[in-house]
Amino acid sequence: MKSAKFDHQRAASLDDALKALGNADGEARIMGGGQSLGPMMNLRLAQPDLLIDISRVGGLDGIEVSGDVIRVGARVTHARVEDGEVPGVTGAYMQTVASGISYRSVRNRGTIGGSVAHADPSADWPSALLALGGDVVIAGQDGERRMPLDDFQVGPFATGLGFEEILTGFELPALSDSAKCGYYKVNRKPGEFADAIGAVVIGVSPRVVCGATEAAPFRVSVAEEKLAAGATEISVADARDMIAVHEPGFDDYDLQIHAVALSRAVGRAFA
Amino acid sequence: MADGGTTEGKGIGARVLRKEDWRHLAGKAKFTGDFQRPGQKEMAFVRSEVAHARIVSVTKPAGFESSVFTAKDMPDMQPMRAPSKMPGYKGADYPALAIGKVRFVGEPVAVCIADTRAEAEDLAQATLVEFGELPAVVDMLAAKAGDAPLIHEDWGDNLVMETFADDDFGKIADRATVVVKREYRMARHAMNPMEGRAVFAEWDDRTDQLMMWTSTQVPHLIRTGLAQFLGLEQRQVRVIAPDVGGGFGCKALLQPEEVIAGWLTRHLEVPVRWIEDRREHLVTGANCREHHYFVTIHATPEGRILGLDCDVTIDAGAYSVYPFTNGLEGAMAHGNLPGPYDIEVYRCRTQTMTTNKPPLMPYRGVARPGVCYAMEMTIDALARDIGVEAHDIRTMSMVKQEQLPFMSIAKKHFDSGDYAKSVEMVVDMIGLDKIRSEQISANGEGRLVGVGMGSFVEQTAHGTSVFASWGVAMVPGYEQATVRLTPDGGLELRIGVQSHGQGMETSMAQMAYEVLGIDPSQVTVTHGDTGLTPYSTGTYASRSMVMAGGATARACRVLAERMEIIAAHLLQCERAEVTVRGGKIVSGKGEVSFAEIGRVWYLNPDELPDDVDQGGIEVTMGYRPEPDSGAFTYASHACKVAVDIDTGEVEVLDYAIVEDCGTMVNPMIVEGQTYGGATQGIGTALLEESTYDSFGNPGASTFADYMMPGATDAPHYRIDHMESPSPFTEYGIKGMGEGGTIPTPAAIGNAINDALKTIGAEVTETPFTPRRVRAAIAAANKNRQGDAA
Repeated sequence: MKSAKFDHQRAASLDDALKALGNADGEARIMGGGQSLGPMMNLRLAQPDLLIDISRVGGLDGIEVSGDVIRVGARVTHARVEDGEVPGVTGAYMQTVASGISYRSVRNRGTIGGSVAHADPSADWPSALLALGGDVVIAGQDGERRMPLDDFQVGPFATGLGFEEILTGFELPALSDSAKCGYYKVNRKPGEFADAIGAVVIGVSPRVVCGATEAAPFRVSVAEEKLAAGATEISVADARDMIAVHEPGFDDYDLQIHAVALSRAVGRAFA
Repeated sequence: MADGGTTEGKGIGARVLRKEDWRHLAGKAKFTGDFQRPGQKEMAFVRSEVAHARIVSVTKPAGFESSVFTAKDMPDMQPMRAPSKMPGYKGADYPALAIGKVRFVGEPVAVCIADTRAEAEDLAQATLVEFGELPAVVDMLAAKAGDAPLIHEDWGDNLVMETFADDDFGKIADRATVVVKREYRMARHAMNPMEGRAVFAEWDDRTDQLMMWTSTQVPHLIRTGLAQFLGLEQRQVRVIAPDVGGGFGCKALLQPEEVIAGWLTRHLEVPVRWIEDRREHLVTGANCREHHYFVTIHATPEGRILGLDCDVTIDAGAYSVYPFTNGLEGAMAHGNLPGPYDIEVYRCRTQTMTTNKPPLMPYRGVARPGVCYAMEMTIDALARDIGVEAHDIRTMSMVKQEQLPFMSIAKKHFDSGDYAKSVEMVVDMIGLDKIRSEQISANGEGRLVGVGMGSFVEQTAHGTSVFASWGVAMVPGYEQATVRLTPDGGLELRIGVQSHGQGMETSMAQMAYEVLGIDPSQVTVTHGDTGLTPYSTGTYASRSMVMAGGATARACRVLAERMEIIAAHLLQCERAEVTVRGGKIVSGKGEVSFAEIGRVWYLNPDELPDDVDQGGIEVTMGYRPEPDSGAFTYASHACKVAVDIDTGEVEVLDYAIVEDCGTMVNPMIVEGQTYGGATQGIGTALLEESTYDSFGNPGASTFADYMMPGATDAPHYRIDHMESPSPFTEYGIKGMGEGGTIPTPAAIGNAINDALKTIGAEVTETPFTPRRVRAAIAAANKNRQGDAA
C-alpha cells in the first residue's frame, strides 16, 4: 500500500500553486491536509503525476466575519472548527458537524476545503455546507470567482471546479440567533463515514439536505416547504415519501435510514 | 523441598504489572518491521484479481525479469502440505505461489523485489497476468450442489471432510415434546492483529543457516515447515519471533510469504523483507468463522434439554493450511456443540466445504464462538416459545457440579467447576429483574431494550491424545522449559511457546517466583527463538500457561533441589535442613543467596560438594497434564443492549462476565485477556464481515468498508471470577486466552432478540448489522400483516 511515483511540489503562494497547475503535464492534484487523497494514493486508486501541496500557502486559513457573511479559508482544519473558531450560530452548527468527523488526529490535518473539493458523498462537509448555503470561492488562472454551494457538487467525487482552478474558501451565511440547525448522521461507528446524513438549517428560509447517497447530496424541497409552512417535525414515514421523490433508486433500508436522518435532524433543529 | 515464598505476593494469584509493557508504552519494542540490513530487498506480491481461473500467462515488466518470480522460477519450492488422518479428509496442497490455477482473490501469483516497497509495488502493478476465468464457488451451501464448479478437479466434489454421529431420538420422544428449530449463519471475517504478518529473512553464511524473523505464534513449527518445503535440514533454519503484535491464530500457521522469503534469500543471497499491509490482510486474511447451522433442540415442556440435532456447514476456503489443516474447525464444531449441557441424544453432521475464498484458519476460540452462538441462540428461542427465562433452561440442563468429572455426550472430559452457578451469578450481575421492569416501562419509545446471555465450556491445553486423534502433522507432547541460574543469582527462563500480547514474560516469571521466591524482575523470560528455546508446537489452544507454566514449575523445582544440595554443603548442614524460600536457600544455621550458588557453581567449583548434581544449575524439564484431554474453562456472559428500531442500530449498554479458568496466575492479565476477547466477540456480533460478490470479489478491503471494534464499541465490562482448579494440571491452572470471544455473539444476539420479541423479530445472521436488524423487523411486520389478513 505505497503510492505510485509522483512529483511533489510545495507551493509557496496561491499564484505559485495556480502556475504549477497550469503548467502540469498529466494529472495534477491539489493536496491540503491529505486525509482523503493520501489514502487513495496509497491504495493506488489515485495516481496523479504531480501533487501540488498547498499546506504552506498563506492566506487560505482565515476565518473572518464581514456583515452577514462568514469567510472560511479552504485550509481551515476540522479541528479548528471543532474548537469553536467559527463564531455564532453558524459556528455552533459547524462545530457539531466537525466534531463527528473521523477522529481527532484526522481532524487536526484534514481541511474543510479539501473535503468539499474531494466531494466524497459520504463525507460531512458537502452535505453540511449545502444546508447552510452560500458560495464556494474559487481561484483560477484569470482571477477569482464564486459559485453557489447549490451548484458546486454535481456527483460523487465530481464538482464544478475546473482543472486549473483551486478552491480557496467559502462565504457562508452568518445565521441570526433565531436560526435553527440540526445535523444527524447514521454511521456504523463513531467517526466512520456516513451511511445517511440529514442536515437542516432554518435561517432566512429552510434548507433541508439529504446526504451520503451514491450521488451528490441534494435538497429535499417538500421538506423545506413543510418547514417554511411552520412544521416543527417531520415523521420518518413522511420523510421516506419526501426523499423517494428525489432518489427513487434507494432500497428499503437506504430509504429508511435517510428518512430517519432527515427526521432526526429536524428534531434536533427544534430541540 | 522448595516452598517458594509468597510473602511479597508476586506469585500465583498476584496482580503483577506486566514486565513487557514499558517497552511498548515507550515505543521501544522491536517488531519484525524494525529489522533493517544494508542491501535488503522489499517484497511485493502480484495477487490474483479473480476468484477462480487458470493462469494463461504472466508477463514480467521488460527489463525487470530478474526481479519478478513465479512458481515456475522456483521449482525446488514445495507446496505446503498438511496431512490429516481424519476419515475421508481431502487435503489440498497450498502452493506458496499459484501453480497453474488461482483459487481465491488475493492468492499470490508472483513476487517482486526492489529496493523499496513502493518500487516493488510498481513492479507488481506492471506485471500482467492473463487469467482464463472459471466459474467461482462463493457460498458454502452452493458448493454442495451436484453441478457446482469444482475447485480441485480431482476431488469430484467440493467436500473437504464430513463428520457424522447419529442417535435415536425415539429414546426421548415421549418426554421431549417441545421441538425448536432454527437456522443461523456466522459471517466470514479477518483476525486483524494490530501488527499484520511480517517476515525478514537472510542467509547467515557463518552458521550456514536461514535466519528468519517473523511475526509468528509458533516459531518452531515455522522452522519445521520451512525446512520441509524448502528442502533444508532443520538445523539449517533458525526462526525468531521478536515482539509480535497479536496473532489470534492466523500466525499459528506457516504462511506462503514466509516460504517465499526463505527461498528468495537463499537463492539471491540478499536479505528480503515483507510487511503485510492492511489491504493484503483484509483480502487474503479473510479466513475465519464462516459457519452455517441448522439446529433443532428437543426439550421437555419445562425446558429441560434432552436432545440436540444439528447440521453444520463450514466454509474452509480454497486450501488446507500447515500444520493444523482446515479440518479442525469441523472436528471442533462437532465436539463442542452440546456445550456444558447434559443431554441424552445428539445427532450431528458437519460438512466442511471448499470455496473460492482464502483458506480457513483457526481464530481465537476456533469454531466455538459459532457453535456457542448456534446453541445458545436456540436455547433463547426455546425460552421465548415456552415462556420461561432462558437462564432457567440453562441451569436445569447443564452438567451439575456433583457430576464432575464428566464425559460429555460429545466425548469431552469435563474436569471441574459449577457451570450453573456462573449462570446464576451473571444473571444477578446484569440485573435481570430490573431490566425486565424497564422493558415494560420503555415500550414504544423508539429504542427497545433487551437482555441476553451465553454460556460455554471450553477445552483448553488439550494435548497428545486429542491431537493424535485428529491425525494432523504435529501433535503436542511434553512441553519443556529451561531454567538457568546466572552467576549473579538471576534466572533465565526459556520457553518454546511465544508471547504476543498475553504477558507471559510476566506470568511465567510469577511461576518461577511461586517455586523459588525469586522476584519477577530478576527473571528474564526468553521465548520465540528456535535457537534458544526448547522445541514447542507454540502458542495456540489456550495452552501456554498450563503447559509452559507447568514445565516452568517443574524445572524450577529441580533447580531448587540442586541448589539445596550446594547450599547444605556451604552451610555445613543436612540436605533436609535447607529449603528454598523467598529467593534464598535458608536453614536454621543461616542462609545462602542464589548469587552465592551461582558464584560457586560457575566460578569457584572448588567449593562444591562431592554429591553435587553434575547437570549444574541449568535444568530442562518436560510437562504434560495427566490426563491431557484438556482443562475446561467455562464462563457465562450477559449483556443489555438497546435496539434503535428505526435504524436497526444496536448499542451495548452493559456487559457482565462470570468466568472460571481455574487457578488464576495473574488475575489482571486474565481480565485483560477476557475483555480483549469479548471485544473481538463484539466485532463478530455487530461489526466484522468480509463480504463477497457473486464472483468472489471481496467487498471489504479497507477499514472504510470493514468495521473493527474500537474503544467506542467496548462497554465497561464488569467481571467476577470463580476459581475451580483443574485436578489434572499444575496448580489447577486452566487455559483462558481465547474464551472471551466465545459467548459474545450469542449473548448479544440473544439480547437483540429479547429486545425484538414484542415485535416477533429475530436476527439469525452475524454481524447483526443495522441492515439485518431492520430486515428482521420488516420480515416480522410482514408476517404479522400476513397473519392479520
